[in-house]
This record gives sequence, structure tokens and C-alpha cells, in this order.
Amino acid sequence: MYNPFSLAGKTILVTGASSGLGATAAIECSKSGATLVITGRNSERLTNTFSQLEGSNHNQLQYDLTVKESIDELANALPSLDGLVLCAGITKTIPVKFISNESIDEIFQTNTISSMQLIQKLLKLKKINKGGSIVFISSISTSYADKGNSIYAASKGAINSFSRVLALELASQRITSNCIQPGFVPTRMLAEGAISEEQLLEEQKKYPLGFGEPADIANGIIYLLSDAAKWVTGSVLTIDGGVTLR
Amino acid sequence: MDLNEFVKHFAEQFDEIPPEGFKPTTVFKDIEDWSSLTALSIIAMVDEEMEKRITGADIRASNTIEDLYKIVQSK
Repeated sequence: MYNPFSLAGKTILVTGASSGLGATAAIECSKSGATLVITGRNSERLTNTFSQLEGSNHNQLQYDLTVKESIDELANALPSLDGLVLCAGITKTIPVKFISNESIDEIFQTNTISSMQLIQKLLKLKKINKGGSIVFISSISTSYADKGNSIYAASKGAINSFSRVLALELASQRITSNCIQPGFVPTRMLAEGAISEEQLLEEQKKYPLGFGEPADIANGIIYLLSDAAKWVTGSVLTIDGGVTLR
Repeated sequence: MDLNEFVKHFAEQFDEIPPEGFKPTTVFKDIEDWSSLTALSIIAMVDEEMEKRITGADIRASNTIEDLYKIVQSK
């Protein structure tokens, strides 16, 4: 069957695959025919994701990307890749007045710096194949401001800018780099925080198409990883149920 | 931290109102300047000053500053 969005024959790394969007992205990519390498901090949840992957020859590697040495080790352990999906991310709701160096370091290391370090290392090791795709999970918060969200928004804004320079540098190798900016998708990362059911309903009213599901984001990832998107680079794809329309 | 000190830290989160205006019995959600950002600031203040985690639900469950103090103490 004709399917320009197939990931058959592609080896794809998904970071932050132990939960949330990363877990769904990995599972959906496997359904599209990819061979997955998944990483995450929590081995139990990572194994849970791994057990849901379809097909065979997948691999799971437990690494904590907040540690620079782990990133080097991971890069060395990885096979050559046709796609990278960088989903590792954390958030903390805190007004600017209360920002600490600790929060800045923690959020930037996980959301921004770890991805830069991993890509640097993989390029040095020549482990990103010609024609490959890099997909960053950014956020609508890069331009859609929300009180208490400053560090997270800044960490994702940095990713958008990084991706565009990367796109330009890697174009000669036909490697693309793109970002997806999801709107609010209820996942564990958010469920863990201070968000109540009441607030969630209030938030949902802002979304013309209601809240999304993790698969809505995963399908955008699959598109950018597939050969259908081989001419798409340096772009930012917003998938947000229309929340930023107004 | 005792109740009076808590009231003082609570009052510090409001930029437009002098601290003398705040008492343990103050119904804080009735204050004109009360906003979602103040609520976030209170949560962050409790974390920073008292090393305790409260949520938006705890704030919603409180009417007076003393109500919230008691919830923080119970954590």
C-alpha cells in the first residue's frame, strides 16, 4: 500500500520515552514501522513503554540526561540513527520573583542543554544518517505567555532557535531539523503538578478543538520523521487545537 | 514559622497593599489585587520559606490566611 508517511527501515531515538508525549511518540513510531531506541530516567516506566512497542529489534537504554557523562555514554551506546525525537522535558510553575538558579539549571539542563549536547556528540560520532530527521518537542509557551511559566517558555524558545541553526548547518547532509509546538495535552507531567480538575476544565474552554491527545502530537512527529517531510526544515509546527488563534 | 510571621510573608506577595492591612482573619480571595499570579507567589513563598509544598487546591480550600496557615502546618 502507498504510504509516504511510513517509517519502515528507519531507526529512531526517542528521549523522554518513559512517560507522556515521549512514550506515545515511541509507540506510534513503532506502529509506523520504525525500529526504536528509547531512553528515559525511570527504568520501570521505560520498560512499560518498551513492552508496548510493536514489531521487533527495538532497544531501551536507561540514562539520566541531566548528567553530562550520561549523554556521552548514551551517544556511544547508540546505533546510527535516521531520526531523533527529543521529548525529555520538565516544567515548574513559579513566578519570576521566586526563580532560583537551581530551577533555571534543572529546567534548562533537561529541556534544552541535554538535547544540544546529545546532538553535538552524535554529529561528532557521525551517527545521524544522511536524510535523517531531528524533531524537537517545543511548546506554544515560546510565544503564548502564561504566568509562572517563564523558565519553561525560555527553555523551549532556545530550542526553537537552536533548531533553525542546526537545520542550516545540516542541510548539506539532507538532515532536517524541526520543532513541534504542542498545546496542552493532559499527560503525567502535568497531572503530577498543582493543576486541579477545576482548573483543567477552565483551561479546556480556551481550546476551540478541546484538549488534544498524545497521539495528535505523535502523528505530527511521524510526519516530520517520514520521507514525506524531506523538504521541511527549520520549521515550527504548532499542534494546539487552535488555542493560539486568539 | 508562627502565624504572625506567615501573615507577614503572605502580605509581601501583594505589591499594592501595605502589610498592615493583613490579619490572620483576612479573607484573602476578597482582596481586590488577588489573582492567579498571587496564588502562584503564595505557593512559591511557602516552598521557599517553609520548605513545604501546597497546591492550588489548598488555596481554594482556604478562606482566611489562618486557614491556609493551618493547612501548611498539617503538611
